[in-house]
This record gives sequence, structure tokens and C-alpha cells, in this order.
Amino acid sequence: MRTALIDYESGNLHSAEKAFQRMARETGAGEVVVTSDPEVVAKADRIVLPGDGAFPACWKELFDHRGIFEAVDDAVNRQGKPFMGICVGMQMLASVSREYVDTKGFDWIGGEVVKIAPADPALKVPHMGWNDLVIDHAHPVLEGVSTGDHAYFVHSYHFKVADPAHRLAFCDYGGDITAIVGRDNMVGTQFHPEKSQSAGLRMIANFLTWAP
Amino acid sequence: MLKTRIIPCLDVAEGRTVKGVNFVDLIDAGDPVEQARAYDAAGADELCFLDIKATHENRGTMFDLATRTAEQCFMPLTIGGGVRTPDDVRDLLLAGADKVSFNSAAVADPDVVARAADRFGSQCIVVAIDAKTVSPGKWEIFTHGGRKSTGIDAVEFAKTVEAKGAGEILLTSMDRDGTKAGFNLPLTRTIADALHIPVIASGGVGTLDHLVEGVTEGHASAVLAASIFHFGEYTIREAKEHMANAGVPMRLS
Repeated sequence: MRTALIDYESGNLHSAEKAFQRMARETGAGEVVVTSDPEVVAKADRIVLPGDGAFPACWKELFDHRGIFEAVDDAVNRQGKPFMGICVGMQMLASVSREYVDTKGFDWIGGEVVKIAPADPALKVPHMGWNDLVIDHAHPVLEGVSTGDHAYFVHSYHFKVADPAHRLAFCDYGGDITAIVGRDNMVGTQFHPEKSQSAGLRMIANFLTWAP
Repeated sequence: MLKTRIIPCLDVAEGRTVKGVNFVDLIDAGDPVEQARAYDAAGADELCFLDIKATHENRGTMFDLATRTAEQCFMPLTIGGGVRTPDDVRDLLLAGADKVSFNSAAVADPDVVARAADRFGSQCIVVAIDAKTVSPGKWEIFTHGGRKSTGIDAVEFAKTVEAKGAGEILLTSMDRDGTKAGFNLPLTRTIADALHIPVIASGGVGTLDHLVEGVTEGHASAVLAASIFHFGEYTIREAKEHMANAGVPMRLS
């Protein structure tokens, strides 16, 4: 078993790598490799797409790595391998992002990525820190995670999903902020599970043993 | 609801913490990674390492610390001290930091914040501002550990680095640092209210009520403290419960 953590030079992979490696050891889920090689992605059993920073920059970096998107798309949508997107890697599942300029997303989960606009103007943007999750739909990746558990967020844009069935969890920040999306063999977290202590590690372990 | 963060800060020199940490169960009280693990287990919301003797020669020890901490603590880690260029930011992020803090380099050239934020995203760029009261309601940036005046207004500077793309401000009152007299609340509130990005209050914490005031009166999004935790005066848990009882939203689970 092998999990590919996609490295397209967007942000810090170190903590994600260490968290996935640790939980892979604990769950017997095989090895975790950091890669930007489409052939390695094609042979992997699970795919994780991280992402930090601005959406258009992440998008450009991803498509500058020739063949990576095609390999991920094939693995996820043709072969049905489990996929997890993290932060901007989750936002990329959307149809479109409005960050700075309109940028097309993968359009795997319908909806748009828009600036957070809290109803209370005293609330700061970015939304940075620990917020408590409210679970909309039970999901194997959320096994052992409950409404009220905290996760670590840092973002200024959020994913408004078109179909409520695709929102697995949200948090409140002067309005609903989508925390987890999912359908079929794909999930995405707006927060950083690799920095969310026990609840985050639990979700990583669940993902590594998930058989959608 | 978003919770207020408590951030213990460790001063590090050549890979060792400068002040000892008085936790009973530490094998090596001078090892920042041991302390980071203890704070992780205690429920700290983030961690901060400050390299107080950062030189080109000893950067490697900080990279090693970042790597070893990231292998064991699955919580956000900010590293500051001696950060001058976007390449310094990259090196620390690759080593395992989640956020990197600029201080005097941003004072010398605020554009370095923009260059780093454009490259790595605002979410990982912190600007540490050391401010001193020069007259009532007026604060100036000081560098070199509070010894060197710059003539730059702290509030204006905070607005400038926000516009350049800083994701967060770590605001230390040099008047209060080390005094245990509490945060400089007018300074903290003025800057927190002037900005859209989160402000971390720092400098002067002596009691748990000081932490509460930093949020309720200083309007800070997070509070940073060192000695009250390191010397075992209070645990993170006690601090969080005290703040929660005072009505500040905290992560207690």
C-alpha cells in the first residue's frame, strides 16, 4: 500500500508528511511518499493533495508540473482511488475560485470559493485558529470525530458547495464556513488535519484505512 | 466559534532553551523539542520558537529543531529570530515550521514581507513588532531587543505590513516585557482595532487575569506568554479554564 502526497511546491509538506507517516505506521497503511512524479501518482493507492497560499498561485504550480493533474484525475475519477485535499488542495475541488481573479477548479464538487465575509465586522480575516466542527453527514473519515471537536484553520477564502449533500461538516465564523467536503471516493478538509492534534490525526488514520 | 489561542514561546539559543523549563517530567529541561512535546500534550494551541542568537552559522540547529518538533507535535509552530529573506522563510518552512516571523528585517525593508507573502502565502508570514511607549497614546518601533529606536510609528508600521501581506502580527510591548505587570493594553487595542489580521499580544504577562485582559480589553486574537508557563506557575489548562470562566471562548477539549 502506498499513499502519494503530491508535492507541487505549494507550501509546507513537512508536517503533513510526518503526520501521514505516523498514522500510516499506526494503522499498517504502508508507506507515504512525497512526489511530483505522475508515474508514482499512477501507482499509488491513495492520493493526498495539500496546498497553501493563494488559489491562482497553487493552480499555476500544479499545472506547471506536467502530467500531475492528469495522473491525479485518472487515479481518482477513473480508478476510484481515495483522495484527500487539504486547505487549498480542498478548495481546488470546486468549480471556480474568486480569489483575486476567477480561476477554474477541478469541478469535482460543484460550488465556488469566495472571500470569507463574517456577519460580525469585528471578526478578523484570515480565519486563523481553532474552531469547533459541526458534522452535517456521518462519513467513514469522520469515524470517532464528533461535533464540538476542534480543528486548526487558516484561510481567507472558503468553499461554498452547491449541493448540501457534499458538505460533511462546517464551523461558525460569523456565518457557516465549510470545513469538510466529500462525495464518493473524495474528501477535502479546509482545516489542517496534520496540525489539529488528536482529532486531525484520527481523520488521517481514517482516510488511510478508508475503502470507499 | 473561533477560540482564543494560548501560545507558549520558547527562547532558543544554539539549539537550547535559554530559560529552563520547570516541568516535572522532562528528561532534558533544556531541549526545546521535549518542551514542545510537553506543551503539545498540555493542550497549547500553538508553539513559538524564538532564536534569540540567530546567526548564519547556527541556522542549522534551528532547522534541526523545527524538523524534530514537526515529527512529534501535530500543532502549528511559528519560528522567528534572524529571518531576513524569503529564502530564510523557505528554509524554515521546509524544515518544519508552519509560520515564520520577520522582525527587524521587515522594519528595514517592509517589502520583504510582500515578497515572502507572494511566494508562500500570507498564512505563514508573521511580523513581530517590538513597540515602546514614547508618549501617551504613541508607540514607536524598537529593534535589537528594544535598544535601538527607529522613529517609526508602531500603528502605521502595523498597517503597512498588513498591506504588504502579513497574515498575523506578534505585538510585544517592550515597556512591559519581563515586568509581569500585564500587557500594554492601549497599545494592543489600538493596533488590534486598526487591523483586519489577527494580533497576538505579548510582553508582561504575570497573572492569568492578564491573559484575559489581553483579549477583553486589548482585543487580541491570541496571547503569548513564556515565563508563567515555563516555570510551572500555571499550567496551560489552568490558564484556559481561567479565561473560559471569564467568558473568553477557549478550546478546552
